[in-house]
Amino acid sequence: MALKRNVGLRGFKYRGGGPMWAWILHRISGLAIALFVGTHILASFFMQQFANDLATSLNIIYESAYFQIIVFFIVIYHGLNGLRIIILDTWPQLLEYQREVIWLQWLIFIPVYGLTIAVMVLDLFSGG
Amino acid sequence: MSARNATAPQIGFSFEYLMWVFTRVSGVALILLGAFGMAAAFWMGARTQVDVATLMRWTFFPNPNHVVNSDIPDVTLGWANAYWQIMQMLIVCFGVTHGINGLRVVLEDYMGRTWWRPMTRGLLFFIWLFILIVAVYVILAS
Repeated sequence: MALKRNVGLRGFKYRGGGPMWAWILHRISGLAIALFVGTHILASFFMQQFANDLATSLNIIYESAYFQIIVFFIVIYHGLNGLRIIILDTWPQLLEYQREVIWLQWLIFIPVYGLTIAVMVLDLFSGG
Repeated sequence: MSARNATAPQIGFSFEYLMWVFTRVSGVALILLGAFGMAAAFWMGARTQVDVATLMRWTFFPNPNHVVNSDIPDVTLGWANAYWQIMQMLIVCFGVTHGINGLRVVLEDYMGRTWWRPMTRGLLFFIWLFILIVAVYVILAS
Protein backbone atom coordinates (compact mmCIF):
# COMPACT_ATOMS: atom_id res chain seq x y z
CA MET A 1 0.00 0.00 0.00
CA ALA A 2 0.95 3.58 -0.47
CA LEU A 3 0.98 4.48 3.19
CA LYS A 4 1.88 1.92 5.83
CA ARG A 5 1.44 4.30 8.73
CA ASN A 6 -1.90 5.61 9.90
CA VAL A 7 -1.99 9.35 9.34
CA GLY A 8 -5.59 10.03 10.37
CA LEU A 9 -6.48 13.56 11.29
CA ARG A 10 -2.86 14.42 12.03
CA GLY A 11 -2.56 15.21 8.33
CA PHE A 12 -4.30 18.49 9.06
CA LYS A 13 -1.23 19.62 10.95
CA TYR A 14 0.64 19.93 7.67
CA ARG A 15 1.14 23.64 7.18
CA GLY A 16 1.31 23.85 3.41
CA GLY A 17 -0.47 27.20 3.36
CA GLY A 18 -2.02 28.66 0.20
CA PRO A 19 -0.67 26.14 -2.35
CA MET A 20 -1.86 23.21 -0.21
CA TRP A 21 -5.39 24.61 0.11
CA ALA A 22 -5.43 25.45 -3.60
CA TRP A 23 -4.55 21.81 -4.34
CA ILE A 24 -7.20 20.47 -1.95
CA LEU A 25 -9.88 22.79 -3.36
CA HIS A 26 -8.85 21.88 -6.92
CA ARG A 27 -9.23 18.20 -6.12
CA ILE A 28 -12.58 18.57 -4.32
CA SER A 29 -13.98 20.86 -7.01
CA GLY A 30 -12.81 18.46 -9.73
CA LEU A 31 -14.55 15.52 -8.05
CA ALA A 32 -17.69 17.63 -7.60
CA ILE A 33 -17.71 18.61 -11.30
CA ALA A 34 -17.20 14.98 -12.37
CA LEU A 35 -20.12 13.92 -10.17
CA PHE A 36 -22.31 16.81 -11.33
CA VAL A 37 -21.61 16.49 -15.06
CA GLY A 38 -21.81 12.68 -15.03
CA THR A 39 -25.18 12.68 -13.26
CA HIS A 40 -26.38 15.51 -15.46
CA ILE A 41 -25.53 13.65 -18.69
CA LEU A 42 -27.35 10.53 -17.47
CA ALA A 43 -30.31 12.59 -16.24
CA SER A 44 -30.54 14.41 -19.59
CA PHE A 45 -30.52 11.08 -21.43
CA PHE A 46 -33.32 9.61 -19.31
CA MET A 47 -35.29 12.86 -19.45
CA GLN A 48 -34.98 13.05 -23.23
CA GLN A 49 -35.64 9.40 -24.06
CA PHE A 50 -38.10 8.26 -21.39
CA ALA A 51 -39.35 11.51 -19.76
CA ASN A 52 -38.24 9.89 -16.51
CA ASP A 53 -39.58 11.69 -13.42
CA LEU A 54 -36.45 11.26 -11.30
CA ALA A 55 -34.23 12.50 -14.13
CA THR A 56 -36.47 15.51 -14.76
CA SER A 57 -36.50 16.51 -11.10
CA LEU A 58 -32.68 16.13 -10.99
CA ASN A 59 -32.39 18.51 -13.94
CA ILE A 60 -34.80 20.96 -12.30
CA ILE A 61 -32.55 20.98 -9.22
CA TYR A 62 -29.52 21.60 -11.46
CA GLU A 63 -31.24 24.50 -13.17
CA SER A 64 -32.27 26.26 -9.97
CA ALA A 65 -30.40 29.45 -9.12
CA TYR A 66 -29.54 28.24 -5.62
CA PHE A 67 -27.72 25.20 -6.97
CA GLN A 68 -26.05 27.34 -9.64
CA ILE A 69 -24.48 29.55 -6.96
CA ILE A 70 -22.48 26.53 -5.77
CA VAL A 71 -21.79 25.24 -9.28
CA PHE A 72 -20.43 28.62 -10.41
CA PHE A 73 -18.06 28.77 -7.45
CA ILE A 74 -16.76 25.28 -8.15
CA VAL A 75 -16.42 25.66 -11.93
CA ILE A 76 -14.87 29.16 -11.92
CA TYR A 77 -12.43 28.17 -9.17
CA HIS A 78 -11.42 24.97 -10.97
CA GLY A 79 -10.92 26.82 -14.25
CA LEU A 80 -8.88 29.66 -12.78
CA ASN A 81 -6.78 27.34 -10.62
CA GLY A 82 -6.17 25.09 -13.63
CA LEU A 83 -4.97 28.10 -15.62
CA ARG A 84 -2.64 29.02 -12.76
CA ILE A 85 -1.20 25.49 -12.76
CA ILE A 86 -0.70 25.58 -16.54
CA ILE A 87 1.03 28.96 -16.38
CA LEU A 88 3.33 27.94 -13.51
CA ASP A 89 4.15 24.63 -15.27
CA THR A 90 4.98 26.40 -18.50
CA TRP A 91 7.09 29.15 -16.91
CA PRO A 92 8.61 27.51 -13.81
CA GLN A 93 10.62 30.63 -12.97
CA LEU A 94 7.30 32.10 -11.79
CA LEU A 95 7.24 29.48 -9.00
CA GLU A 96 9.29 31.93 -6.99
CA TYR A 97 6.12 33.99 -6.66
CA GLN A 98 3.70 31.06 -6.29
CA ARG A 99 2.09 32.38 -3.11
CA GLU A 100 1.55 35.81 -4.66
CA VAL A 101 0.08 34.15 -7.76
CA ILE A 102 -2.57 32.52 -5.56
CA TRP A 103 -3.56 35.92 -4.18
CA LEU A 104 -3.71 37.23 -7.74
CA GLN A 105 -5.94 34.27 -8.65
CA TRP A 106 -8.39 35.19 -5.86
CA LEU A 107 -8.26 38.84 -6.95
CA ILE A 108 -9.46 37.68 -10.38
CA PHE A 109 -11.92 35.18 -8.93
CA ILE A 110 -13.77 37.64 -6.68
CA PRO A 111 -15.00 40.04 -9.40
CA VAL A 112 -15.76 37.26 -11.91
CA TYR A 113 -17.73 35.19 -9.42
CA GLY A 114 -19.19 38.20 -7.61
CA LEU A 115 -20.52 39.82 -10.77
CA THR A 116 -21.98 36.53 -12.01
CA ILE A 117 -23.75 35.91 -8.72
CA ALA A 118 -24.87 39.54 -8.46
CA VAL A 119 -26.48 39.41 -11.90
CA MET A 120 -28.06 36.06 -11.11
CA VAL A 121 -29.45 37.04 -7.69
CA LEU A 122 -30.76 40.40 -8.94
CA ASP A 123 -32.44 38.53 -11.79
CA LEU A 124 -33.89 36.01 -9.35
CA PHE A 125 -35.44 38.63 -7.06
CA SER A 126 -36.71 40.81 -9.87
CA GLY A 127 -38.66 37.84 -11.17
CA GLY A 128 -37.02 38.06 -14.56
CA MET B 1 2.11 8.34 -4.05
CA SER B 2 4.68 6.77 -1.82
CA ALA B 3 8.12 8.25 -2.28
CA ARG B 4 9.77 5.05 -1.09
CA ASN B 5 8.17 2.36 -3.24
CA ALA B 6 7.02 4.03 -6.42
CA THR B 7 9.26 4.17 -9.44
CA ALA B 8 9.78 7.70 -10.68
CA PRO B 9 8.04 8.50 -13.97
CA GLN B 10 10.44 8.08 -16.88
CA ILE B 11 11.33 10.90 -19.22
CA GLY B 12 9.85 10.48 -22.67
CA PHE B 13 6.49 9.39 -23.97
CA SER B 14 4.51 7.42 -21.45
CA PHE B 15 0.82 7.14 -20.65
CA GLU B 16 1.19 9.43 -17.65
CA TYR B 17 3.05 12.04 -19.69
CA LEU B 18 0.46 11.97 -22.47
CA MET B 19 -2.37 12.36 -19.94
CA TRP B 20 -0.47 15.18 -18.24
CA VAL B 21 -0.30 17.00 -21.58
CA PHE B 22 -3.91 16.13 -22.40
CA THR B 23 -5.16 17.52 -19.08
CA ARG B 24 -3.59 20.88 -19.82
CA VAL B 25 -4.59 21.00 -23.50
CA SER B 26 -8.19 19.96 -22.79
CA GLY B 27 -8.42 22.39 -19.85
CA VAL B 28 -7.46 25.32 -22.06
CA ALA B 29 -9.69 24.00 -24.85
CA LEU B 30 -12.69 23.81 -22.50
CA ILE B 31 -12.17 27.40 -21.36
CA LEU B 32 -11.87 28.57 -24.99
CA LEU B 33 -14.88 26.52 -26.14
CA GLY B 34 -16.88 27.93 -23.21
CA ALA B 35 -15.86 31.50 -24.07
CA PHE B 36 -16.76 30.90 -27.70
CA GLY B 37 -20.14 29.42 -26.84
CA MET B 38 -20.91 32.28 -24.47
CA ALA B 39 -19.98 34.88 -27.10
CA ALA B 40 -22.19 33.12 -29.64
CA ALA B 41 -25.07 32.98 -27.16
CA PHE B 42 -24.78 36.73 -26.56
CA TRP B 43 -24.64 37.34 -30.29
CA MET B 44 -27.81 35.31 -30.79
CA GLY B 45 -29.74 37.36 -28.25
CA ALA B 46 -28.93 35.83 -24.86
CA ARG B 47 -28.04 39.26 -23.48
CA THR B 48 -31.66 40.29 -23.22
CA GLN B 49 -33.46 36.95 -23.28
CA VAL B 50 -31.93 34.59 -20.72
CA ASP B 51 -30.78 34.41 -17.11
CA VAL B 52 -27.24 33.51 -16.11
CA ALA B 53 -27.91 29.83 -15.44
CA THR B 54 -29.44 29.39 -18.89
CA LEU B 55 -26.54 31.26 -20.45
CA MET B 56 -24.16 28.79 -18.80
CA ARG B 57 -26.13 25.85 -20.11
CA TRP B 58 -25.79 27.31 -23.59
CA THR B 59 -22.14 28.06 -23.04
CA PHE B 60 -21.11 24.56 -22.15
CA PHE B 61 -23.67 22.48 -23.96
CA PRO B 62 -25.58 24.40 -26.65
CA ASN B 63 -28.22 21.74 -27.19
CA PRO B 64 -31.90 22.53 -27.80
CA ASN B 65 -32.88 19.61 -25.59
CA HIS B 66 -30.61 20.84 -22.84
CA VAL B 67 -32.34 24.21 -22.62
CA VAL B 68 -35.85 22.86 -23.10
CA ASN B 69 -37.14 24.36 -19.86
CA SER B 70 -35.78 27.80 -20.55
CA ASP B 71 -38.39 29.37 -22.84
CA ILE B 72 -35.99 30.70 -25.45
CA PRO B 73 -38.01 31.76 -28.50
CA ASP B 74 -35.46 31.08 -31.21
CA VAL B 75 -33.53 28.28 -29.60
CA THR B 76 -33.90 25.74 -32.38
CA LEU B 77 -33.07 28.27 -35.09
CA GLY B 78 -29.66 29.24 -33.81
CA TRP B 79 -28.33 26.06 -32.24
CA ALA B 80 -29.86 22.98 -33.84
CA ASN B 81 -27.43 22.50 -36.68
CA ALA B 82 -24.42 20.34 -37.45
CA TYR B 83 -21.93 23.07 -36.50
CA TRP B 84 -23.13 23.32 -32.92
CA GLN B 85 -23.52 19.54 -32.70
CA ILE B 86 -19.82 19.23 -33.53
CA MET B 87 -19.02 21.90 -30.91
CA GLN B 88 -21.03 19.94 -28.33
CA MET B 89 -19.21 16.74 -29.18
CA LEU B 90 -15.86 18.50 -28.77
CA ILE B 91 -16.93 19.83 -25.36
CA VAL B 92 -18.26 16.41 -24.31
CA CYS B 93 -15.16 14.52 -25.46
CA PHE B 94 -12.73 16.97 -23.86
CA GLY B 95 -14.79 17.37 -20.69
CA VAL B 96 -15.59 13.71 -20.02
CA THR B 97 -12.05 12.54 -20.79
CA HIS B 98 -10.57 15.32 -18.62
CA GLY B 99 -12.92 14.37 -15.79
CA ILE B 100 -12.44 10.60 -15.96
CA ASN B 101 -8.67 11.03 -16.14
CA GLY B 102 -8.88 13.32 -13.12
CA LEU B 103 -10.84 10.63 -11.26
CA ARG B 104 -8.14 8.11 -12.21
CA VAL B 105 -5.37 10.37 -10.93
CA VAL B 106 -7.18 11.01 -7.64
CA LEU B 107 -8.02 7.33 -7.07
CA GLU B 108 -4.53 6.09 -7.94
CA ASP B 109 -3.06 8.58 -5.48
CA TYR B 110 -4.63 6.56 -2.67
CA MET B 111 -3.76 3.17 -4.09
CA GLY B 112 -0.62 1.10 -4.22
CA ARG B 113 0.53 -1.06 -7.09
CA THR B 114 -1.92 -3.82 -6.31
CA TRP B 115 -4.57 -5.51 -8.42
CA TRP B 116 -6.95 -2.67 -7.48
CA ARG B 117 -5.13 -0.42 -9.95
CA PRO B 118 -5.90 -2.32 -13.18
CA MET B 119 -9.41 -3.04 -11.87
CA THR B 120 -10.02 0.69 -11.29
CA ARG B 121 -8.61 1.58 -14.69
CA GLY B 122 -10.85 -0.96 -16.39
CA LEU B 123 -13.93 0.25 -14.54
CA LEU B 124 -13.14 3.91 -15.30
CA PHE B 125 -12.57 3.02 -18.96
CA PHE B 126 -16.05 1.52 -19.23
CA ILE B 127 -17.64 4.45 -17.37
CA TRP B 128 -15.81 6.79 -19.77
CA LEU B 129 -17.05 4.88 -22.81
CA PHE B 130 -20.61 4.65 -21.47
CA ILE B 131 -20.91 8.36 -20.62
CA LEU B 132 -19.46 9.34 -24.01
CA ILE B 133 -21.90 7.11 -25.90
CA VAL B 134 -24.86 8.38 -23.86
CA ALA B 135 -23.85 12.03 -24.36
CA VAL B 136 -23.32 11.64 -28.11
CA TYR B 137 -26.71 9.91 -28.31
CA VAL B 138 -28.35 12.86 -26.54
CA ILE B 139 -26.69 15.25 -29.00
CA LEU B 140 -27.69 13.30 -32.11
CA ALA B 141 -31.23 12.56 -30.90
CA SER B 142 -32.02 16.21 -30.16
